[in-house]
Amino acid sequence: MAKRTTKKPSGKKTTKKAPSKSKRPVSAHRAERDKATSDAINKLATGVVKAAKAKAEPQFDVPTRAASNTKWDKKAGILRMGDAANTRQLFNLGQARKFMQTLLHSKGIGDLIEQNKTSSLRGMFYQGLHTIEGTKEKTFDDQTESDSVLEDLEVALGSLREELHIFAKKRGTMVGNITVVDNGDEINCRRMGTGGYAIPSICEPDVIQFKDVKADFVLHVEKDTVWQRFNEDRFWEQHNCILTEGSGQPTRGVRRLLHRLNKEHNLPIYCLLDCDPWGHYIYSVIKQGSISLAFESERLAIPSAKFLGIRAVDYQRCGLSDDVKIELNDRDTTRAKQIAAYPWFKDDKQWQKEIKQMLANGFKMEVESLITKDISYVTEEYVPARLKAKDWLG
Amino acid sequence: MARTTKQPAAKKPRATAESMAAKQRDISVSEFFAKNRHLLGFDNPRKALLTTVKEAVDNALDACEEASILPDIEVRIEELVAPPSVSKPGRYRVTITDNGPGIVRRQVENIFGRLLYGSKFHRLKMSRGQQGIGISAAGMYGLMTTGKPMVITTRPNKSKPAHHLELAMDTSKNRPEVTVDAETDDFPETSSGTGTRVAIEMEAKFFRGKGSVETYLEQTAIANPHAEITFVPPDKAREDAELASDRPEADDDGIVRTTEHADRILYPRAVSELPPETAEIKPHPYGVELGSFLTKLKTSQEKQLAGFFKNEFCRVPPAAVKAITEAASTKGKSYSGQTWLKGLETPDAERLYKALQNAKLRSPPTDCLAPIGVRTMLAGMLKGVKAEFYTASTRDPSVYRGNPFQIEAAIAYGGDLPADQSARIIRFANRVPLLYQQSACSSFKSVTETGWKNYGLQQPRGAAPVGPLVVMIHMASVWVPFTSESKEAIADYDEIRKEMKLALQECGRKLGQYIRRRQRMKREGQKRDVFERYIGEIARACNAITGSDIKEIHDLLLEQAQTKTEIADAQLDEEGKFVKDEHGRLAKNDDVIIIGDDGKPAVAPEPDAGTNKPKPPSNKQTKRTAKKKVAKKVAKNAVKKRRTAKPAGLFES
Repeated sequence: MAKRTTKKPSGKKTTKKAPSKSKRPVSAHRAERDKATSDAINKLATGVVKAAKAKAEPQFDVPTRAASNTKWDKKAGILRMGDAANTRQLFNLGQARKFMQTLLHSKGIGDLIEQNKTSSLRGMFYQGLHTIEGTKEKTFDDQTESDSVLEDLEVALGSLREELHIFAKKRGTMVGNITVVDNGDEINCRRMGTGGYAIPSICEPDVIQFKDVKADFVLHVEKDTVWQRFNEDRFWEQHNCILTEGSGQPTRGVRRLLHRLNKEHNLPIYCLLDCDPWGHYIYSVIKQGSISLAFESERLAIPSAKFLGIRAVDYQRCGLSDDVKIELNDRDTTRAKQIAAYPWFKDDKQWQKEIKQMLANGFKMEVESLITKDISYVTEEYVPARLKAKDWLG
Repeated sequence: MARTTKQPAAKKPRATAESMAAKQRDISVSEFFAKNRHLLGFDNPRKALLTTVKEAVDNALDACEEASILPDIEVRIEELVAPPSVSKPGRYRVTITDNGPGIVRRQVENIFGRLLYGSKFHRLKMSRGQQGIGISAAGMYGLMTTGKPMVITTRPNKSKPAHHLELAMDTSKNRPEVTVDAETDDFPETSSGTGTRVAIEMEAKFFRGKGSVETYLEQTAIANPHAEITFVPPDKAREDAELASDRPEADDDGIVRTTEHADRILYPRAVSELPPETAEIKPHPYGVELGSFLTKLKTSQEKQLAGFFKNEFCRVPPAAVKAITEAASTKGKSYSGQTWLKGLETPDAERLYKALQNAKLRSPPTDCLAPIGVRTMLAGMLKGVKAEFYTASTRDPSVYRGNPFQIEAAIAYGGDLPADQSARIIRFANRVPLLYQQSACSSFKSVTETGWKNYGLQQPRGAAPVGPLVVMIHMASVWVPFTSESKEAIADYDEIRKEMKLALQECGRKLGQYIRRRQRMKREGQKRDVFERYIGEIARACNAITGSDIKEIHDLLLEQAQTKTEIADAQLDEEGKFVKDEHGRLAKNDDVIIIGDDGKPAVAPEPDAGTNKPKPPSNKQTKRTAKKKVAKKVAKNAVKKRRTAKPAGLFES
């Protein structure tokens, strides 16, 4: 039985694979990672085969992706995933379907690796989609079902999404004093016009390299509209920085890019986010990682990232008009209290004060609220003043 | 004015105390009931027939049991004059023949010809009849509507010829008049050699269905499976009368069932043990009212209080007498066991009565009760109701108003019973079916008050449950508290209703267990479907990744899926409750019978899906086996089916 695990008698396969030539050369590191991933897939399937032959229940473990299985590593300043795992069993009514889907996707990823191609999350959904023989049931009802199976596979196989040859929809923009080499193409981020460079979903060193990093820091803003303001005002030129935006909660690609700029080029990361629980949580994710991707914190989190604004005191400090107030609703209040109770915020006096202040105000503010002062108030006065005063939350 | 002046020839003589006194006289009991016959169950021509049969059959069963004879009873109804129109009654002759001990010649007139004459009224003993009104009232009704006397043939001595009597009744005197008295050989051979036959001609109306003679006999047969009852309704009476010849045979499953022949309907005997003989008891003090206590004091043969308490009541030991007399004693007067009865005045009696009611006395003895018993109830239900699940329960004896009683319940569920109707409730008191006034009956209330939803049945608020269900409730007591003389509903005592509910709950729990198990089997079946659906996908994915053999892995996993779900099936049999006897029917506990059916899947349909269940073509074709066997068989068939029905192309390449 053991010989089956190492060998792959491809003659028996049902799917015909054409040994297509890869477009780009495979680096040694990548080849190594691919081998590890396909070994993990092989191990998973072999486990099922072995169990079937031993008349035992086929099952495998999927590490739990939940707050309960997330540990706060105070020393490193990041979130880590715990050891808890869920067992997925075939002969369990609630898990049988997922079990089948996991194997389907394992096979799909195996094919991707073998052919050295990548696929999108949506592509994977379609790749695994078919009607089960003799029934009217489809293997996947929608993409959400497929996406969550892929996330499970990431943790179960111990491979990152990139290593599964899967990419997500790209989101996030960059501009600034830097040149990026993307899959061999040099992109000068100083000359991106009004649109900026779209940050890809995979920002691994074997795809993206940095060149001519002249900037002194990175300013990350929450959304596109604010980013447009900064770009139009040539903020990055005046202050010699890199300007990024993540369209809300930043994707793994954006976070990975920021992480690498911080780690590889020692650039400080400043975040300009809304003054509301969601803005706070975006900062939290950039700084110490997210709960659902706790296993990736080490390569995504930036413990030194700073929160520049908007601060709860800014309403008074900047003399904003009443019109910018957005009342906190029950959900906001609950969420704010939840965030304040996170272990990584709990002992931070500054943050406790900030959240308390926001709750005391009873309203939230968006970055755009600064526009009520002047259209370029945020780029010309607010951010420079904060930076100069080193007035930020850490 | 009129009183003082004497007017001998007045046109309108005023009534005087004297003249009124001349009219005042005894009312004979029979006269009273002749005018108020509805009190006795002769309200209308339809009911008259039923009441007559009921009284005669009850008497016959009581007599047989007292004489330790397994009862054979024949009920024959002949139509003499068809009802001229829907609204008018016809004329019928009702003949009931039993194999009881017969009646000695000198008692015949009294038993059949007088109201309120009998052996059962003055004693506290469990029996069907109580007041001694029944059969004589039927005879009186016949006499009044047709003028024909009752014809009685009885043979108390098997070596002597039978007596043939024709009996009319003088209602004003409550005395029988014998019009014909002869010895005759015209009496059918009975198994005991003795027996009685009563024939009454009456105006009546024959019908079938709810509240009919047939329903009554059917239910009697359920509660009295030791009796064999033959019923010849009018439409069969003219058929060849080769009665009581061929004995009923058990069908393929070993179940003796009610069968309808061309010339008769036969309710066969399902058990051959007679109900145990019951003891007669003395009244318990708690059940005695002040009035009857006074009467007892006056009429007692005893001289002193100690003897009075000892011999007129049960459960009053000397210690209790001491406590009672001390409690009743006052400053002025003290009592003891030695107090003479003669010297007691009404106030004394009242004090004693009060002390007696407050005294702590043991419950009355319960050896006077003969419940039908779980086994016998099941046999009766099995015979009379075609279902798939039967259970029964007998409660321990309890007491209301000093009268011991015992409640029994049985349930039949599923099978051919209609699934979309309210449960049928059949009520019995001392083994006698109660057919009318269901909603006034304590037993009906207890059914509606039981939470059937807990047992997997539907139940509209405040009503009986809905589903393929027959509920049987039996009350055994030395004195069943009927709401009226026609003995149609049991009065609503809290103690009685509580016991009824407890008995129903016991049955309900077993039913719930069964329904849940059936649902679990269904779930297991669905589970298996789910697993099997995905196994093909998994086998192919494993092949693509590891190169393992598709068919091999598929079959291995399929096997596992089937074992996994079969384990659950098997548990159903191994939990102890469902172990079968040699017929594969009786559970180990004796209180549950389950009938499997090859015609239906082992994974039985939901109870509410039973309406469109195909009826089994006939009794003989539907083989009934143990559920376990069926489950295995079906599982095997399913495997076979799946193997053969595998979609082509799965194992190709």
